[in-house]
Amino acid sequence: MSDLTKLTLKAALAGLKARDFSSVDITKAHIEAIEQARGLNAYVLETPDQALAMAAESDARLARGEGGALEGAPLGIKDLFCTDGVRSTAASKILGNFVPAYESTVTSQLWRDGAVMLGKLNLDEFAMGSSNETSAFGPVINPWRRDGSDAALTPGGSSGGSAAATAADLCLAATATDTGGSIRQPAAFTGTVGIKPTYGRCSRWGIIAFASSLDQAGPIAKTVEDAAIMLRSMSGHDVKDSTSLPVEVPDFASYVGRSVKGLRIGVPKEYRVPGMPAEIEKLWADGIAWLKDAGCEIVEVSLPHTKYALPAYYIVAPAEASSNLARYDGMRYGLRAGGPSLTDVYEESRAQGFGEEVKRRILIGTYVLSAGYYDAYYLKAQKVRRRIADDFDQAWQTCDALLTPTAPSAAFALGEQSDDPIAMYLNDIFTVTTNLAGLPGLSLPAGRDAQGLPLGLQLIGRALDEGTLFSLAGALERAAGFTAKADRWW
Amino acid sequence: MAIDAATVRKVARLARIREPEERLEPLAQELNTIISWIEQLEEVDTDGVEPMTSVVAVALPLRDDVVTEGGDTSRILSNAPKSADGFFIVPKVVE
Repeated sequence: MSDLTKLTLKAALAGLKARDFSSVDITKAHIEAIEQARGLNAYVLETPDQALAMAAESDARLARGEGGALEGAPLGIKDLFCTDGVRSTAASKILGNFVPAYESTVTSQLWRDGAVMLGKLNLDEFAMGSSNETSAFGPVINPWRRDGSDAALTPGGSSGGSAAATAADLCLAATATDTGGSIRQPAAFTGTVGIKPTYGRCSRWGIIAFASSLDQAGPIAKTVEDAAIMLRSMSGHDVKDSTSLPVEVPDFASYVGRSVKGLRIGVPKEYRVPGMPAEIEKLWADGIAWLKDAGCEIVEVSLPHTKYALPAYYIVAPAEASSNLARYDGMRYGLRAGGPSLTDVYEESRAQGFGEEVKRRILIGTYVLSAGYYDAYYLKAQKVRRRIADDFDQAWQTCDALLTPTAPSAAFALGEQSDDPIAMYLNDIFTVTTNLAGLPGLSLPAGRDAQGLPLGLQLIGRALDEGTLFSLAGALERAAGFTAKADRWW
Repeated sequence: MAIDAATVRKVARLARIREPEERLEPLAQELNTIISWIEQLEEVDTDGVEPMTSVVAVALPLRDDVVTEGGDTSRILSNAPKSADGFFIVPKVVE
């Protein structure tokens, strides 16, 4: 039965509905696969008993001819989503054995639609990182290796567990979150599909906050259509999140396979960065050619403030993080250390509980918000952010979507960039602009580099126009014909 | 604007994170590297640009001021490092 893990989400849902196999069958197959893949360190908590109980309930509903859009499908959940009665850590020591007494809105919608939870997936601590190396549980290992090498590669970050688990068939699909590229860069590094929808599509309620004006949930999946199926269940207005948009959720999957003829595709010249590997240049050119073949019109566009997106991000995100993470004070939950005075407890709990990168970002955030520096840094960054958003508005005058590479390189080796924060930050150079502007961005696998590693292309769309991205991604997916999987070594 | 060890000490204090004395200088260097990279933002002309505080161009929604949930004391306290009689126990705040 273990080949049930190889199914796409769409095929699995069809098989479940047709009763070709049960939810318990496919859930068991995944539980076994997870047990055999512990070397990947993708899951930080396995919940097999809960999974089998949920699967049995799904089977009962399916037997009655009932069931929701994800009925019986086993999924992985990034450990940034609070799950009622199930430990949620953000991969930080400061949350310790925190067990939420509530369920995030996004995951509650998955269970409403009949999905089964396999467990909680590893990530960079508080989603701060691009390589999964800041996790208190240690890094996830990418299922992909370079040809002829057994060097351990990063799956990217922060949603490295979500991407690795999906790529290694340890779940049919996974939830993820993206503040600067944390869905799309791991998807690109693992040969999976990831979409960060428009800010406000998915409720942030119950997702452990990093930078609230940038954070957005989305899926990582095996195919474009699977990502569309997941996103529909994850999306929707929620009164508990004041920035959640009161708009209809389209049937995203219905956009996959639609003709893209006549769509105008912008190619931003500022995304041609120095030092970009020739393979990524070529992949980008391939993507342009595929869309041209599909009847799209290609236009060169300019997003002149692109190079300022990352520096602006590294003011806005740490500033918001320093505020959001002020709640971890050792009083109501999580780690409490030091004493006897209140200040000692605060300072010692936070010193012991947070990892180095999280501390670094809290310090930067505190600095840029502190008296005398607020205007020079934070206010300036918010103004530059407006300029970046205006660049996109300008681009939409002449095109309907943008095509870019997802990341400036293929997956790199663990330890390769961890000594240089800025080199690490540059991983998000092509993805962070959409977070600042609140726009949807999708990454899909489109080719491999000379060493056999997957490479991703990114599509960026207008606000709330995920449908067009799914149509374009469907066309690119067909043209690229990317079907490679990592050779199983784990 | 160079950050020195004294600035790091002050910022760490504001952030309520204990940093040992020997970490202040290395942290100052790290933060300087990052801040000087960030300072390229000065090149951008932002005269008359309205700061962007939200990407969602909608007014903050309001709801009726009614109690919708509550009575969850035991669930709220379930993760407390220390609690008694329905309260969080914290270190003494006033002498």
